[in-house]
Amino acid sequence: MNGHSIIVDKLTKKFGDFIAVNEISFAVERGEIFGFLGPNGSGKSTTMRMLCGLLEPTGGRAEVLGFDVARQAEEIKQRIGYMSQKFSLYNDLTVMENLDFYGGVYGLKSAKLTERKEFVIEMAGLKGRERELAVNLSTGWKQRLALGCAIIHEPEMVFLDEPTGGVDPVSRRKFWEMLYRMAETGTTLFVTTHYMDEAEHCHRLGFIYQGDMIALGTPERVKREHAAGAILEVDIGTSEEALRAVAGAPGVIEAYFYGAMVHAKVGSAKADGPRLRAHLDKLGHVGAETREVEPSLEDIFVGLIERNRERS
Amino acid sequence: MNRILMLARKEFIQLKRDKRMIPLVFIAPLLQLILFGYVVQTEIKDIGMVLVDGDRTAESRVMAERFVNTGYFTITGRADAESQIAGHIRAEKATIGVVIPEGFEKNVRNGRTAEVMLVIDGSDSNAGVQAQQFATRIIAARSQELMGERLASVRAIAPKISSVEPRVRVWYNPELKSVNFMIPGLMGLIITIITTIVTSLAIVKERENGTLEQLIVTPIKRWELISGKILPFVVIAFIEIGLVLVVALGWFGVPFRGNILLLLALCVAFLFTTVGQGLFVSTVSRTQSQALLTAWFFMMPAMMLSGFIFPIANMPAVIQWFTYAVPLRYFLVIVRGIFLKGVGMSALWDEVLMLSLLGILIFSVSVLRFRKRYR
Repeated sequence: MNGHSIIVDKLTKKFGDFIAVNEISFAVERGEIFGFLGPNGSGKSTTMRMLCGLLEPTGGRAEVLGFDVARQAEEIKQRIGYMSQKFSLYNDLTVMENLDFYGGVYGLKSAKLTERKEFVIEMAGLKGRERELAVNLSTGWKQRLALGCAIIHEPEMVFLDEPTGGVDPVSRRKFWEMLYRMAETGTTLFVTTHYMDEAEHCHRLGFIYQGDMIALGTPERVKREHAAGAILEVDIGTSEEALRAVAGAPGVIEAYFYGAMVHAKVGSAKADGPRLRAHLDKLGHVGAETREVEPSLEDIFVGLIERNRERS
Repeated sequence: MNRILMLARKEFIQLKRDKRMIPLVFIAPLLQLILFGYVVQTEIKDIGMVLVDGDRTAESRVMAERFVNTGYFTITGRADAESQIAGHIRAEKATIGVVIPEGFEKNVRNGRTAEVMLVIDGSDSNAGVQAQQFATRIIAARSQELMGERLASVRAIAPKISSVEPRVRVWYNPELKSVNFMIPGLMGLIITIITTIVTSLAIVKERENGTLEQLIVTPIKRWELISGKILPFVVIAFIEIGLVLVVALGWFGVPFRGNILLLLALCVAFLFTTVGQGLFVSTVSRTQSQALLTAWFFMMPAMMLSGFIFPIANMPAVIQWFTYAVPLRYFLVIVRGIFLKGVGMSALWDEVLMLSLLGILIFSVSVLRFRKRYR
């Protein structure tokens, strides 16, 4: 079955008068890692819940693996895996008991279950910990076990709702390696995340804001299409005063902290760079260095959100 | 079916590992049962009594002895005047003061009405009423005795004086032991508490952990999920029922005259209502502490309005209407009837009908609510 794992067409969800998801449309290809981004409360989880058959859409259509989410939720549930940010494990069960339980819920027969358990334990690096209670595992282990439970039945498609929250960088890296391996074997992955470095790892991205899909495409394409103007990185420290100084300079559209720097969005680096430096000199920030940088996804999204906020 | 067993098995493993659960589920009810069994032995003995014998004659001594000989009263103090009784009662040494006034014997001998005054501590109305009843009975008995003696002496001239005497036979609980009445009732209360609370806790715990959401994304069907969650607690409820039966019959010697299979079958009908309540509580609570409080909210009416302690017939009419909605009300009639009267379905069918209707109602509402939250 080549082609699309998810097809969403004008999908809408209203809660009373509130429009949580507003006629969004997109498609996810088979074997793709699709990153679904957006601030909290933007409609990310609502969309994911509709795709998993947890919530009924108010309007529009969505197909997952060829099944309609409104009418064929049960068929979808059999074929997808779902991992939430809570790592929904039974803390008072051991690693093995958790896998046994979820395997049983998905109706795996004993031979198949044994094979899948071995695979998951191998993949998640949980060998030797089979008898440990889930509660005693560190967050990174828990996360990998949760993924293992979500894929115990070899789903064609896995939904991951902020799967790396609260996990240390090394574990996050390991986790993403697991995701890559799964994608290589043809599993489609639909991931929501807050981490922009993770977003860069996705094959394609969708960015949702206040229920609207405001950007869609590969990370490169999103950057290209939505980078209006240039980004100047100013090495001026991270005081509020410094931020105000940069924001008040002529030609600066907006300014925000970026790591230990301040990023200033300007129309053109060539024209606005010298004006910014002159302004900072005048305010006493003599010799503050500015340099044009390639806009990162974070720059793009901050810009996107600002532009949409002004519009509404 | 397999999924239900998977869920039930998981639930048992969790119960086994939960250090609070075993005491809560097994030890607490057992202690409750034993404690209750002793506390409700309301047959009062050795009621403290202050005697004021102002007559000090053979007749007054006989009267006082009658009080002590029945076993209901013990003389905890003697006083010279009625005015001193208050001191004894205030000091909690006596519940009743008995005053035999001067001239008691003379009045008896002369065929006049002799009086015995009773002063009763009404602050504990229960004990007070009991003391009054016993005392009145004792005095009445003595009065009859005296009358009999007198009648015997005048029989020759008045052979046709007749009297009516009650001959009381108490059926089903001949010694009127309250423990026989309370322990079977306690069985209903324990089942209510355990299944309502534990069922709701077990479900809300899954909601708190996010595992409920996880389960709903799996192909498990709603009825499988509900059955699998409930099954373990039905099993536990039956273990409780067994425990209560053993303690009731073996320890307290409560008679069991009915059909045990009928009782167990009707327990299932009752469990539908209590487990349904637990399910309902779980649909309105987000955290375990909320669930616990809400479950208690269901317990209180069960306790007060079921007739477990306070007889329904004595309640105001409006309150009586509310009692019809309390499942325990019907189960109490059933369990007491089967235990003490040995009755069968023919005597219980209206209770069974009401219980089943309530069970179906509570259960369907809960299942519907359970469904709604995730659609």
